[in-house]
Amino acid sequence: MPSFLGNIIENLFGKPATVKYPFEKPEPVPGTRGELNFNMAKCDQCQDCERTCPSAAITVYPEEKRIEWNSFQCIYCHACVRACMHEAIEPLINVEAPDYKKRVKSFEA
Amino acid sequence: MSNEPKLTVIPFGPQHPVLPEPVQFQFYVDEEKIVDVLPNIGYIHRGIERAAELNDYRRNLYLCERICGICNIIHGQTYAGLIEKMTDTEIPIRAKYLRTIWAEIARLQSHLLWIGLFAEAVGFESLFMKVWRDREIVLELTEATNGHRIHMGTTVIGGVTKDMDEALIRRYQKDMDKLKKEMDDWAHVFRKDPAFLSKTVNKGVLPKKDAVHSGAVGPVIRASGIPQDMRNNGYEAYGELDFEPVVYDNCDVQGRVLVRLDECYQSVDLIKKALNQLPEGPIAVKNEKFPDGETIYRTEQPRGEVFYYAKGNNTIHLERVRIRTPTLPNIPPLLGMLVGHDVADIPAIVHSIDPCMSCTERITDIKEVA
Repeated sequence: MPSFLGNIIENLFGKPATVKYPFEKPEPVPGTRGELNFNMAKCDQCQDCERTCPSAAITVYPEEKRIEWNSFQCIYCHACVRACMHEAIEPLINVEAPDYKKRVKSFEA
Repeated sequence: MSNEPKLTVIPFGPQHPVLPEPVQFQFYVDEEKIVDVLPNIGYIHRGIERAAELNDYRRNLYLCERICGICNIIHGQTYAGLIEKMTDTEIPIRAKYLRTIWAEIARLQSHLLWIGLFAEAVGFESLFMKVWRDREIVLELTEATNGHRIHMGTTVIGGVTKDMDEALIRRYQKDMDKLKKEMDDWAHVFRKDPAFLSKTVNKGVLPKKDAVHSGAVGPVIRASGIPQDMRNNGYEAYGELDFEPVVYDNCDVQGRVLVRLDECYQSVDLIKKALNQLPEGPIAVKNEKFPDGETIYRTEQPRGEVFYYAKGNNTIHLERVRIRTPTLPNIPPLLGMLVGHDVADIPAIVHSIDPCMSCTERITDIKEVA
């Protein structure tokens, strides 16, 4: 213990290394793998994202030109972003907060 | 032995402050001395192998990355390496180097996590805080690389998804120097502090012969004087980085601490060396074939050797997947280490093998209730 005493005293008077999370939110780092956001103007309903998704979180309805994305099933691997040949998925840079309801987000053309 | 009336049974776990994950040990103790130990695993069986057989082999990559949170990068790389071996895909040299760098980042964050947890397990809480604060440097690097603190997710079958630009390489080099400086601040505590040494020296002794016979892997066997390390095989770019395993002859808990501590310094050096000789070129090739035949693939995780076996039948599904993670072979040596020690030494000895139970649980045994 004595060999570490200097460090303990330093910490007593130093600044905290953590942030008070719910009150101060840290800025997301550029490139954070956040929520999916489908740009339906670019999308041609090819279903590549649905086929690639390892957790089956994306469902494409080609007739209705609609995409459903289950944010609570998504594992945020962004395999769909890499698979989309029209670059129609423009993910947000955020960290999604937990929710009381398991919402499914719908994107329509 | 367990039927003798004078022995007391002390259950340790499945929920215990020193254990991050559920595993149960039943200690048969005579006064304060441990006479016999019975382990009981199977609390978090998730059916990963069956899921891997039902999945498309490409989607399995994301499943394998989620077997373990801490070793996710190396699990992903091992699965990708296995499929590349099955389909005879040669990945570009730059991808090999990038994988090596990120595997060492994973080892660094796992060892720093363990060192912090171990300090807490022996009652050194301020050291735990300090080590975990320095671990943030590594986690922030992971986040800067691909946007997630733990799940880097850069591996794909046939290479990597993300390239490193000049700015990121410079940041890696700067942060590695910073981390080395920060580690010098507390590393001496693990080597010299008398209070710490009283908890680790000559505790949990695993002689060289027993380490071989019980099949220990990773830092546990390297602390018993055997240079067994899968990185010796030179997979990815390890063959070009003059890798030498860290070996100690202590055979006790202190030896395991020193192996992991020195491996942190070694990882920093390996990352810097790999960054200096990072070759130019593409980062991924397309994998066209379906996996066929039987293959095994082994890599070195922070906790030891991980073993993957798969059998393909030239379709999109794999017929059989078998995964053995390093904690399972480290449980039999642990039982030998504990016998003869005091109850107060249990946390330090159990923690010294770095148990990761979520990785381990591949089999579940449902007991019949009379």
